[in-house]
Amino acid sequence: MVYDVTIDGKDFRLELERKESGWQCRLDGRNIEMNAVLARRDVLSILIDGKAYEIKREHAASDTHLWVGSARYLAELRDPRSLRGRKGAGADDKGPKKILAPMPGKVVRMLVNQGQPVEAGQSILVVEAMKMQNEIKSPKKGTLQKIVAIEGGNVNAGDVLAIVE
Amino acid sequence: MFKKILIANRGEIAVRVIRACRELGVTSVAVYSDVDRASLHVRKADEAYHIGPAAAAESYLNFAKILDVAKRSGADAIHPGYGFLSENANFAQACVNAGVKFIGPTAASMEMMGSKTRARQEMEKAGIPFVPGTSRGLESAQQAEQVAATIGYPVMLKAAAGGGGKGMRLVHAPEHLKSALDAAQSEAERAFGDREVYIEKAIINPRHIEMQVLADEHGHTVYLGERECSIQRRHQKVLEESPSPIVDTDMRRRMGEVAVRVAEAAKYTNAGTVEFLVDQDKNFYFLEMNTRLQVEHPVTELITGLDLVHLQIRIAAGEKLPFRQEDIRIRGHAIECRIYAEDPDNNYFPSPGKITLLLSPSGPGIRRDSGMYEGWTVPIDYDPLLAKLIGYGTDRTQAISRLTRALHEYFVGGIKTNISLFRRILTDSHFQAGQIDTGYLDRLLKSKPPEIRGGHPEIAAIAAGLFAMLDSNSVVASNGTASSNHRDNAGDGTAVSSWKRAARAEALS
Repeated sequence: MVYDVTIDGKDFRLELERKESGWQCRLDGRNIEMNAVLARRDVLSILIDGKAYEIKREHAASDTHLWVGSARYLAELRDPRSLRGRKGAGADDKGPKKILAPMPGKVVRMLVNQGQPVEAGQSILVVEAMKMQNEIKSPKKGTLQKIVAIEGGNVNAGDVLAIVE
Repeated sequence: MFKKILIANRGEIAVRVIRACRELGVTSVAVYSDVDRASLHVRKADEAYHIGPAAAAESYLNFAKILDVAKRSGADAIHPGYGFLSENANFAQACVNAGVKFIGPTAASMEMMGSKTRARQEMEKAGIPFVPGTSRGLESAQQAEQVAATIGYPVMLKAAAGGGGKGMRLVHAPEHLKSALDAAQSEAERAFGDREVYIEKAIINPRHIEMQVLADEHGHTVYLGERECSIQRRHQKVLEESPSPIVDTDMRRRMGEVAVRVAEAAKYTNAGTVEFLVDQDKNFYFLEMNTRLQVEHPVTELITGLDLVHLQIRIAAGEKLPFRQEDIRIRGHAIECRIYAEDPDNNYFPSPGKITLLLSPSGPGIRRDSGMYEGWTVPIDYDPLLAKLIGYGTDRTQAISRLTRALHEYFVGGIKTNISLFRRILTDSHFQAGQIDTGYLDRLLKSKPPEIRGGHPEIAAIAAGLFAMLDSNSVVASNGTASSNHRDNAGDGTAVSSWKRAARAEALS
């Protein structure tokens, strides 16, 4: 497999092949001798050159972080052959954008009506969780095309709250 | 001793009290709301009863439902934990009326300390040192201006019924006083249903140091040393330690004696905490008394060797304190980190959800009081405190290094937590030098995070690919839409074949 990986904004090209004796690994064209064990779900043990690394994966609705020891990295992984990967790489501001709930909670207030123009970063609605209110902001300038969330309703992390066109 | 204790709380503190009950041979009774059926305290208790919907007002704050469970289950005492009903004088009285012992102070002591202005009037009579200001609510903006002019700017406006920073305003100059007073009064009205606001001289960048006291019902009161609680965010404590880096034996004795005088003036019984503001010259001023067990009580337990919950229960059962002030020895150093379900990348906003992975630290000098477990969904309805991690050492340096090591082992997946914040605090040179005050954490968070030393972005890149190939199904599981058996889905991966190889090698040798 070939992956384009971005770690805290730094791009890598990773080639990984499973062999009978272990793994063949090339990072940015450099061969790396490596031994890897998936200890359990979301926990990897990697040995490279006698050095031991424990890697933990932290998932959230919006992003994935990897911990190498106590260092935490934002990780994005794309298969360069897949359509989704290519699309994600470029056209960020074009087309409708979904506003997703960053955490489970309750929609307490809509701040903008459907059809109204919005600025990038403008607060669209308020979600409450654990006695705290969080304003969810528009990812781009445009029009609030559709409100999906219902005032007073519960939402899960990753649910679509509204769409900005 | 009691036969059966009802714990009117949830989360880690309910588990803490249930453990004490088991140790004392007392039957424990848990209560739970709709969203807490699967919570840890319900699993750990001897008995558990449903008390209503998620909203606290209809469950954990509902006197009638809790007292009804006490009656039905035959509980002879109620431990309120912290938060919820723990500082509610009416509830303490309702327990007395229902013939159930409330494990805590009397309603009268709570009432005196519950109103900050009334507490201040009583404490002034007892000669307790105060921050200069009024002990009565302000009647007009004009009165506020006069007092402020006398004590000097900057001044702090505070809600009499206040807590958690609500109804508080810092005022630097006379021209801002009137609008700040209006704002504080209306905020206090909204938050507490009481618009009484008083004024104090503002101490800039004070330390917040509190003294643990313990009083039996036979007139004996002792202090158990201080806790340094200056590391706060939004007026909520984040990290506490004992002893304080600036308190020496003499200062501890002076603060302790004042704390005992405060407790005695309030005819206080059971465990309580007297909070002080400490200025840069180490002058200390009475702030308020918390009439409950504190979240951060474990640091005091570790340095005194005492179990505060055992003692609370024994005091409530009518026993005398089993030691005198001169028997109390402080040994070593303890630091507590409050692990919250909060997102460090989103301004520490709460992050409830399902815990898909939990790796817990252990080893020398580590105590973990936790209310979470792997597979549990943290509800959206309550406080985001998940657990407390406490490090103990012979001195502060060892406590810091043990805690840092334990944080390295601690991992919570599926939700975001503030664990990374503690690594940053514990490795910060100001913290290590003990240079902290209530403004410390905001300053730290505004500063640029230090570069990760010995970082390995290339290892993370390789791991990202390995996870995608070996462990792709767990993405589905973490979204809560499906759960899969991981032994099965890793069955074709190197992981298992490596295990198999290791097993074969062991069998051969």
